[in-house]
Amino acid sequence: MAFLEIKNIKKSFGKYEVLKDISFSLEKGEVLSIIGSSGSGKTTLLRCINFLEFSEEGTISVDGNVIYDGGSLRKYTDDEIRENRLHFGMVFQSFNLFPQYTVLENVTLAPTLLKRGTAEEIENRAKKLIEKVGLTEKMDFYPCQLSGGQQQRVAIARALALNPQILCFDEPTSALDPELTGEVLKVIKGLKGKDSTMIIVTHEMDFAKNVSDKVIFMADGVIEEMGTPEEVFDNPKSEKTRNFLNKSNEI
Amino acid sequence: MTFLQVTLFLLEGFKLSLLIFAVTLLCGAPLGLPIAFCSMSKFKPLKYITKVFVWIVRGIPLMLQIFIFYYAPGLIFNIPISRNINLFFVQNYGIENMGMIIPVLVAFAINYACYFSEIYRGGIESISQGQYEAGYVLGLTKSQVFRKIVLKQVIKRIVPPMSNEIITLIKDTALANCIMLPEIIMKAGQLASRNALVWPLFYTGVFYLIFVGILTIVLGKVEKKLDYFKS
Ligand SMILES: Nc1ncnc2c1ncn2[C@@H]1O[C@H](COP(=O)(O)OP(=O)(O)O)[C@@H](O)[C@H]1O
Ligand SMILES: [Mg+2]
Repeated sequence: MAFLEIKNIKKSFGKYEVLKDISFSLEKGEVLSIIGSSGSGKTTLLRCINFLEFSEEGTISVDGNVIYDGGSLRKYTDDEIRENRLHFGMVFQSFNLFPQYTVLENVTLAPTLLKRGTAEEIENRAKKLIEKVGLTEKMDFYPCQLSGGQQQRVAIARALALNPQILCFDEPTSALDPELTGEVLKVIKGLKGKDSTMIIVTHEMDFAKNVSDKVIFMADGVIEEMGTPEEVFDNPKSEKTRNFLNKSNEI
Repeated sequence: MTFLQVTLFLLEGFKLSLLIFAVTLLCGAPLGLPIAFCSMSKFKPLKYITKVFVWIVRGIPLMLQIFIFYYAPGLIFNIPISRNINLFFVQNYGIENMGMIIPVLVAFAINYACYFSEIYRGGIESISQGQYEAGYVLGLTKSQVFRKIVLKQVIKRIVPPMSNEIITLIKDTALANCIMLPEIIMKAGQLASRNALVWPLFYTGVFYLIFVGILTIVLGKVEKKLDYFKS
């Protein structure tokens, strides 16, 4: 069984079915990019995986354990949901840093509240992560004193602080000025390794092609095409994928 | 009357104004919190009952509410409640006017709690969903997210409207006048009508100005203290 196994996820908002039977799997250390036009359900999928939304059907398994079953009629308790969320990390399009905390405090807040070690251990770990995203000299700055790219890098360090098994990114560079996307993409690329499993929703086609082991093209709530970057980008089978890629090439 | 005599005479009234101010703030500000949470409740009946309550309290003049709390209990139960309270406090503690002070305090506390609750609600609802979600995906509990992430941002946002409300409050205390409670403006009126003195009317204004000045400085400091972040 794969490390992450998503099976038959379905999600509707009222009558409107946003995710129609989504299934895919991911091995440990793999990077998955999800591309697709706006409104195709990419954010909703990530939100279901992070339990910010709850799919009505389908299962989510991590490391062989089914952690969520939308079809089961029982209601998950708040504690179970929190446990489940800890398998995953999430980096939002709009950063969502905590404005009243410094860079360092943003990274230490959750490990401190979750008692993941002594204050010193937590701080040392946080400092290493901040170094990893290249912001050591901004450690005591507040988010409002940082550029968008720097804020997003802090958000990445914050997500890493809890050592999630799978890290999700929802269009991490879409809210950034073009000259700032590079620094963020570089950091994400630098995270690639045998232990870091990542799901990246992105509109940066070159980046997706470069960094991914697997690419999913989503359209209207279904996985229209899935495969290696070469398969999806160079030899798309579906008409919709071809149209989408042509359009994004024009831009 | 000498300047000192007038000062002491007015100060006696201002003490009552300050008492109403302090009690309203100390009771109304905390009481506003449960009202705010009820008005945001997911349980619809509670939410709408609270909203109607707040609408009534904010929609009716405070003076009328003071009349209601002062006259209604005695008239409904047909006993001189106010006079009995007065007697009780005079005989036991030597404190005067309690029969009027208590209904005034109740009316003020409830009235201001409703105004405060709306400020709290506005503050809480203005925090973006993204702040909550960023906390949730880090595995924090709802209570941790509220206390450690949302609360300070809410406080920052409600300080300016709260300051306005607090400055209005000290001036509103003059409404106690309507059931003959001798707060400072009534005292000033007495000096004008009985002693034919004009200047105490202006002097009374100085009392308010000094107090509002102090409030402005203190509240400004609080605001400044939260200036270090933008949200
Ligand atoms: N909370 C919601 N309520 C109703 N509709 C929603 C909600 N969230 C998303 N949608 C709808 O679901 C569709 C997919 O949205 P989304 O997952 O954000 O797409 P993407 O991230 O691919 O642009 C959109 O049509 C959007 O309007
Ligand atoms: Mg999206």
